[in-house]
Amino acid sequence: MENQFKSLSKKLFSLLNKDEVLTVSFTGEESQFIRINNAKIRQTGLVDDSDIQLKMIANNRTCSGSFTLSGDENIDLSRGEFEINRMRLESKEILEDPYIVMPSVSGSSHEIKTASGLRFDDAVEAIMPVVQGVDFVGIFSNGKMFRGNSNSLGQEHWFETESFCLDYSLVSKNHQMVKGTFAGTDWEQDQYEHYLKMSKQKLKMMELKPVTVDTGEYRTWFEPAAVSDFIEMFSWGGVSEASIQQGCSGFGKMRHDGARLSPQLSVFEDFSTGMVPKFNSNGEISSPVIPIIKDGELKNTLVSSRTATEYNTITNYAESGEHLRSPRMEAGSLSQENILKEIDTGLYLSNIHYLNWSDNPGGRITGLTRYACFWVKNGEIEGPINTMRFDDTFYKYLGDNLVHVGEETEYIPNTSTYGNREIGGTICPGILANSFSLTL
Amino acid sequence: MKIDTNLNDMLSAVNVPADWVGIREVYEAHTPRMIRDGVPVANGHYSTHGIMVEVLVNGQFGYYGTPDISKSGVEIASRNAFYQAKEASKYALHNFTSEVRPKSVGSYKSPFVKDIRDVSAKELNVLLLEAYKQLKVSDKIVSASSLASTIETNFHFISSNGSDIGQEFLMLEFDLSATAVDGSNQQTRTFGGMRGTCRQTGMEFLDQMEILSQANKIGEQAIELLTADETPTGEMDLVIASDQMMLQIHESIGHALEVDRILGDERNYAGWSFVKLEDFGNLQYGSEHMNITFDPTVSSEFASYGYDDGGLKAEREHLIKDGVLVRGLGGMESQVRSGINGVANFRASSWNRAPIDRMANINLEPGDSSFDEIISNVDKGVYVESNRSWSIDDYRNKFQFGCEYGKLIENGKLTKTIKNPNYRGISNPFWNSLKMVGNRDTFGIYGTPNCGKGEPNQVIRVGHASPVCLFSNVQVFGGA
Repeated sequence: MENQFKSLSKKLFSLLNKDEVLTVSFTGEESQFIRINNAKIRQTGLVDDSDIQLKMIANNRTCSGSFTLSGDENIDLSRGEFEINRMRLESKEILEDPYIVMPSVSGSSHEIKTASGLRFDDAVEAIMPVVQGVDFVGIFSNGKMFRGNSNSLGQEHWFETESFCLDYSLVSKNHQMVKGTFAGTDWEQDQYEHYLKMSKQKLKMMELKPVTVDTGEYRTWFEPAAVSDFIEMFSWGGVSEASIQQGCSGFGKMRHDGARLSPQLSVFEDFSTGMVPKFNSNGEISSPVIPIIKDGELKNTLVSSRTATEYNTITNYAESGEHLRSPRMEAGSLSQENILKEIDTGLYLSNIHYLNWSDNPGGRITGLTRYACFWVKNGEIEGPINTMRFDDTFYKYLGDNLVHVGEETEYIPNTSTYGNREIGGTICPGILANSFSLTL
Repeated sequence: MKIDTNLNDMLSAVNVPADWVGIREVYEAHTPRMIRDGVPVANGHYSTHGIMVEVLVNGQFGYYGTPDISKSGVEIASRNAFYQAKEASKYALHNFTSEVRPKSVGSYKSPFVKDIRDVSAKELNVLLLEAYKQLKVSDKIVSASSLASTIETNFHFISSNGSDIGQEFLMLEFDLSATAVDGSNQQTRTFGGMRGTCRQTGMEFLDQMEILSQANKIGEQAIELLTADETPTGEMDLVIASDQMMLQIHESIGHALEVDRILGDERNYAGWSFVKLEDFGNLQYGSEHMNITFDPTVSSEFASYGYDDGGLKAEREHLIKDGVLVRGLGGMESQVRSGINGVANFRASSWNRAPIDRMANINLEPGDSSFDEIISNVDKGVYVESNRSWSIDDYRNKFQFGCEYGKLIENGKLTKTIKNPNYRGISNPFWNSLKMVGNRDTFGIYGTPNCGKGEPNQVIRVGHASPVCLFSNVQVFGGA
């Protein structure tokens, strides 16, 4: 893959006129997918996919294009040549771009993470016998992923990784569910079987009689998977500098009105974990760690070079969409064994579902409880709750109502496979809020 | 640039003892153009081209999606798909036969008058810039944008049992957006909410006068919302415009009726459904005013087509008739698994994903009430337009939706403009509270380019058309 990308890039650069600058990005994967329902295989297959993205700057215009890399040199070069000619013509027609971001040469990188993963041919027999005897539903994704970037000024980046992710649910007879995500790079059959065993034990707790909870305000513990969903919302109308400038951010209150969150809350963009490429689609490399919220105070937003040019501010080399690529939230002091005691009476939410802004400027997010969510009374789990809708502002549950932050962080992998398998995930602890609003 | 291929030649390269083989080729090119705040932020042309080879072995399908469009690429893909299917067949969920890939021969071409090449990049940039100028009605509009994105899709499917289907689509997504800000009061108004304006159409859709007029109205309404009252809280009548009905139908009917969901395939991702297999033919899904169709034959609607990706011919069917659930959104695989009557909705997002049960055009059929008659039937209520927030639980029960723009209804008349209109409910009782359905004059055709589902995940285009509707006793509320 790397050779294909580099060879094609070089040929495309040789087609440029002297006043043209080209950035070439690459996204590719060699993946296996096994979809499972009721511990049986519903669908299975392999996908090879590789996509070349082009950005040409010419005549004070920015033009973009992309095409599929077929693996046939002649086809790929003809597709690339077609796109360059198209962009060249278009650069004479479209409107001038006053905020052009020229690529730079600030250092190349090369990172290949090899792994001892599960061979595609062995996957069925490794996974399926272990899930028998339980209502198991989910997806096994497996294989290599590639990211590349180069520009006609001479900069080159390559990132290659191999990973697997078994993202699943176990379902009890009364339709209560436990969520599990067994993910990593090196496949260890013993670890997999142990992980499944733990999930099956957790499922037994779901056989307790369900508790119906009324709407109202509750003291609530959110496990790390639930917290990662809140952090994910920051990437959508939150942490982006452009969205603040354009009046579409829930962080506006922190920027303009001096609002602060709990001093126990610190969130970083942290590339030092090495889970994702350090370079963005423009070939730029951010600082290893960027504090976003430190001790409850908004320290930085994510600023792309284009946003910096447009709004006269300083870039921190965010991706063009200004979303978090490698978020990490700092741990606190609440130990695992004290969680139920600290809840006392309230909710224990393992996962939440289908979040959306119900009032973006006010920081209000709505969503639902899902999977292993329990009613806790006097420090003991009474039973799983029926699905409830919440609607509350993060300025409260991550602000004054934040009581404790867990002492252990978890890595919550990004399991998204829209278009292609995503790389990376969120590192975060759980949190305890004094009050959280259930509305339906 | 689309490279020519010969699928019959490719099929001849397949050399595995499969019970059935299919090859599905997809070429698609997106051309988005967008002006934001007076400058171009998107002028692109993004294409994808590949094939999916699918084989049936011992009752189990296996697939291989590949960008290698050579004969040798297909030969390798079929060998790998065969091995995957054979291994998986030991744990197969269902023992399929080739009856779920019926032989079909035919074609479909989406309707358009003006070709994509009849409007140059320059002309489109200028039109979008003019639209931006109309959106920017005041300095309080801090950001405004205009977008036109064309999509050309070519689809070709052949199979070992004689299917040969060609389908060509020209589609357009269009949006106008203005965000007005006054202190911490932020209000955004768009052209149909959440990219709801999307059609199978040519460049004739881009009528300059109409676009500039709409842009001006959107800018004015964003400003109007800055000084509008907050939406009242309480249980009241709710009149929903077509562009929000789009979302209401999508989330609380469409997804709930997907048979693969009901069979549990989606429980780890999108979720299950409150609808059970035994509900078909029995469940009073909504009031007697409710008639929902699966209709891939509506000209210009976003998800019209001739055949699904399993080769089944697409035809109009009632899903809900006079409020009673009669048919599911299940393609051939779901139909043989469930025994439920279904439709031709086995669809994949592209060549790199396997088909699953999806919505296509799911429409609410018009009733006989005019807009004025509906409003005059409301003593106290709100009228809402254009979605801006959506959330529903994994059983498709408890939903909460937010809209961009609202009006109070008092004593049968539209009165004050209100901001931040939200409402929530539970799908089955909500649809049973459907009191009046607008006539064809109130009928709007919308859709969404972003319907997510499936493992691995897929985004697909769906269409929803609906008249204006009145629901009684709905929980309505405003902003924070």
